[in-house]
Formats: sequence, structure tokens, C-alpha cells
Amino acid sequence: MNTWKEKAIKILLVGGASTSILVVFLIFLFLGKEALPFISEPGLGTLLESRWVPVSFQREIFGILPLITGSVVVTLFATVLLIPFGVLGAIYIAEIATPGERGFLKPFIEILAGIPSVVIGFFGLIILSPIIKTMFNLNTGLTALTGAVLLALMAIPTVISISEDAIRSVPKSYKEASLALGAGQLQTIFRIVVPAALPGIIAAIMLGMGRVIGETMAVLMVTGNAAKITFDPVDSVRTMTATIAAEMGEVAFGSKHYQALFWVGIVLLAVTFCLNVIAQKVLKKYQMR
Amino acid sequence: MKTTLKIFTIGLLAASLFSACSKSNNTESETNYITVKGSDTMVHLASSWAESYMSKHPDTDISVTGGGSGTGIAALLNGTTDICIASRSIKDKEVKLAEEKGIQPTEIVTSRDGIAVVVNPGNPVDVLTIEQIGKIYIGAYTNWNQLGGPDNKIVVLSRESSSGTYVFFQKRVMNSRDYTEDALLMPSTSAIIQSVSQDKWAVGYVGLGYAFGAKDKVKMLQVKESADAAAIIPSVATVQSGEYAIARPLHFYISGTPSGTVKSMVDFVLSEEGQKIVLETGYVPVN
Repeated sequence: MNTWKEKAIKILLVGGASTSILVVFLIFLFLGKEALPFISEPGLGTLLESRWVPVSFQREIFGILPLITGSVVVTLFATVLLIPFGVLGAIYIAEIATPGERGFLKPFIEILAGIPSVVIGFFGLIILSPIIKTMFNLNTGLTALTGAVLLALMAIPTVISISEDAIRSVPKSYKEASLALGAGQLQTIFRIVVPAALPGIIAAIMLGMGRVIGETMAVLMVTGNAAKITFDPVDSVRTMTATIAAEMGEVAFGSKHYQALFWVGIVLLAVTFCLNVIAQKVLKKYQMR
Repeated sequence: MKTTLKIFTIGLLAASLFSACSKSNNTESETNYITVKGSDTMVHLASSWAESYMSKHPDTDISVTGGGSGTGIAALLNGTTDICIASRSIKDKEVKLAEEKGIQPTEIVTSRDGIAVVVNPGNPVDVLTIEQIGKIYIGAYTNWNQLGGPDNKIVVLSRESSSGTYVFFQKRVMNSRDYTEDALLMPSTSAIIQSVSQDKWAVGYVGLGYAFGAKDKVKMLQVKESADAAAIIPSVATVQSGEYAIARPLHFYISGTPSGTVKSMVDFVLSEEGQKIVLETGYVPVN
């Protein structure tokens, strides 16, 4: 009786644990299946063209390079903004803030995490884009930078809470030893605590980047969505996610355009996959020290 | 603990999936629930028709959603909508796809729409020819001083490629050439209005109904068919008379011949009352 029950529970647990593996596998399979015919018909080389013109009376072009550079520019600038605010914020909350301050700051950060991306996009469109426009003296505020600022805003709570956990889990004895040796508070924080928590902080930043690169609605609303290859942050860009979101609903099933969008999805998945693998590698390397 | 929670969640998900499936089956068998889907330009108009129709037939439910003409036609081909609203004609490619699926799309012209080219009220340019507008959108003109305005870069705004207006504009104004890669693709008509009202040197195109609604925020350009033709301001009268050059029919597409509630809805739309609603929402009646 008992063993039967135990077995059933064990199977249940194994099933639950392996569901995510199954789902990831199925997603890869599904993406691959829908995208496959593209390899033989227009050929994968067409994906490397420099323009994305999916609707045309002349010739449809499915070059995903402008979409990749679009995502790269937005993610890069968002990360640049993310690191100082996220990590310094976490250090302050974990090490310096009094319990009262922490009790005041934490709920606000959590509220920021809970704001739906459409609402943030709205804020970006109405408030932020005119500010960016006047600040850089542009003709329009719909730029990669506007998107990057919004995405940084959305990812900061993730980075803060995970980095804070990492900093807090540094053994108290490290700190005590450092203070006992005569190091000041700031010296202890930046020479002992932060280096010890670095793997966690890097993982936090990687997760933040994952959120940034995968975010769709806010970038669709504020980046202008012009598909051109540019690394200028105050120019308009079209990200991979925005392209899929804007065009997937319209394509005829099984068309070349449809398959090309699946390739965009595959590239996006591959990039986030690599980000995760790198994050794991970094974590492992520092843990072995 | 976490795992049991996971299993529970998956169970819930599966349950909701099944219920979603059975729900959609129900809608197919129920004849007095119909869905209308497609062109964002027509959503407002279609909702007005639906409201008025439902108030006369209380036992009927009509759901109206947008997403773009392409989305609507795709939905019609996939059998997920009863009526597709489209601001462009069905493409040969789509007709072929429909035939493969055994669907015969029927086209019904319900009303007409003018496309207004809008600029910021602070822009001194008032009149452009079709050719000039086309050249802005293909990227041949990039500065307002090439069009008799001040020395400022043109911010070109377009709808997303899923929009019927995008394709119509490309065909009618741009001679079927490609949009410039500098064109900003906006996810909605209201985003274009918003952007034009904020950015002094932007130019965009929107349906006449929306342009009238935003009269105080944007300026409609007068359009000349050719360099020596008269400049025409877009209005109900000029679209109906055919004087205003950038105008198009607004369609219903249904699969096969209309019957039941769908037919009754189509009849209502083409009736005098339905056409009055067309006028009230800022579009142009068929006759």
C-alpha cells in the first residue's frame, strides 16, 4: 500500500519536473517544422540580405539583419542603463539602507515590476518620447533609445531583487572578518561583498537582458519600427519581437513571409538560449573558485 | 511543494484549453452569434452597425475585432470569423489559398473611404500632388524644402504592413513601389495621429473618419491628381463625387453565399439605415 502510494507520487513528481523539458523540446520542434520549407525554396541565404520588405509589389525581401541589429541596439543600451541602476540599487537596499528605508523602497520596486508592458509603452509614447525628442533635438521621439529606457525600467526590478538576494546570501563571517581587519563599510562592500556575490549579480543582469530582448509591446509602441541597419541609438529601429507581433497576425499560413517570421523566432530563441548558457557558465566558473 | 503546484497549474491550463475548444465548437453551431474581424479602419463603422443591428435583434450577438484586413482575410480562410471586413480587395494569392481550402470568398462593397494625408498644423505646406506624396513615401523626397516648405527633414509615418491601408496607399499613391526603409511603421491609426500632432515635420496617412475626429490635432493636405489639376480637400462630398483621388471601397468578405444571420446583417448594412450609419461615422455611402 505504502510503496504503491510512494511510487505514484514519485511518478507524479518526475512528470512535473520534466514537463518544462518536454515543452522546450516541443517548441523547438514546432518552430523547426514551420520554418523548414524556407531552406529549400528561397534558401537560407535570403535571410542574410540587408532589407526586410515582407509586403511588396516588386520583390519580397526577408533579410533579418536589420531586425537583429534593431534588437541588439535596444538590448545593449537598455543593459547599459540597467547595470548601474539595478546593481547599485541592490547594494544600497541590501547593505546600507535602514530597515525603515528598505520597507519603503521594496514595495515601490515591486509595483514597478507589476506594471503591464502596454501601460509602460503608453507612458513611453506620451511622456518619454517627447522628452527624448527635445533632449536630443530630433524630429521624432520614436527611437531605439526611448525603447531602451522603457525596457531598462521594466527589467530593473528583476535585477534588483535577484542581485539583492545574492548580496544577502554572502556569509556574514566574510563581512565581519573584513570589518575586524579594519576595512571601512564601503571597502567591505566593494572589495568583499560584491565580488563574493558577483555570480548572482551577473545572473541577475543576464536575466534582465533576457527580459529586455523578449519584451514586445513597449518596443512596438515606441521604437518607430523602421527596418534599417543602424547602430545610432537616436534612430528608429525594428526589433525581432515587434516584427513577429506586428506581422504574425496578418500572414497567410504557410507563405514565405510566415516561414521567415518563424526564422526570426528561431534566431530569437537561439539568442536567449545562448544568454542562458553563458549565464550558467559564468555562475559555474565563479562557484569553483 | 513546488512540483505539486506545477502539476496543478498544468492541470488548470489543460482544463482551460479543453474548455476553450468546446466553446469555439459551440459558437459554430449557434447561428445567431456571428464574428466580424479585419480592417482597423472599419472597426468603428462595423461596431456601429453591430450595435444598431443588435438593438433591433436582441437575440443576436455580434463580436467585432480589428487587427488589419490581412488578419481578417486570414481568419476567414481559417474559418475563425463569419464576416471579414477589409479595406482592400482580396489578393490573387489569398483567392488561391481560399480555393485550396474549399472556400469561395464573396465580395460586398459596403461603403467608401477617403485616405487623408495629414501633417502637423504648424507645417506651412497645404497642397501636394499624388506624385509628390508618392515620392515622399518611396524616399525620393526627404526634406520639406523640396516641396516648398522650410529646411527640415521629413518624418515619414506609415501603418504596419498588415494594414489594408498600407497596401492600398502603396498601390494608389506610390505606384506599387516599396516604402522607404526610413518610414516609421506605426501599430495603429491613433499612433499616427498622436505622432503627427507631436512631431512638427511628420507626415502620415489615415482614414477620413479618423482625420475628421482629430481635426484640431492634425491638418489634412489638399491633394492634386496631377500638377495642373485642382487641389481637392478630402470630404464626404469629394470622395462620393470621385474628385478626391485617394479613395477606396470598404468590403465585407464572407465565405460562400450569405445565409441566416450573416445575410440579414449584410442586408441591414446595405439598407438606407445602414448607409446612414456610414455617413454618421465619417465614411461615404455607396450611392
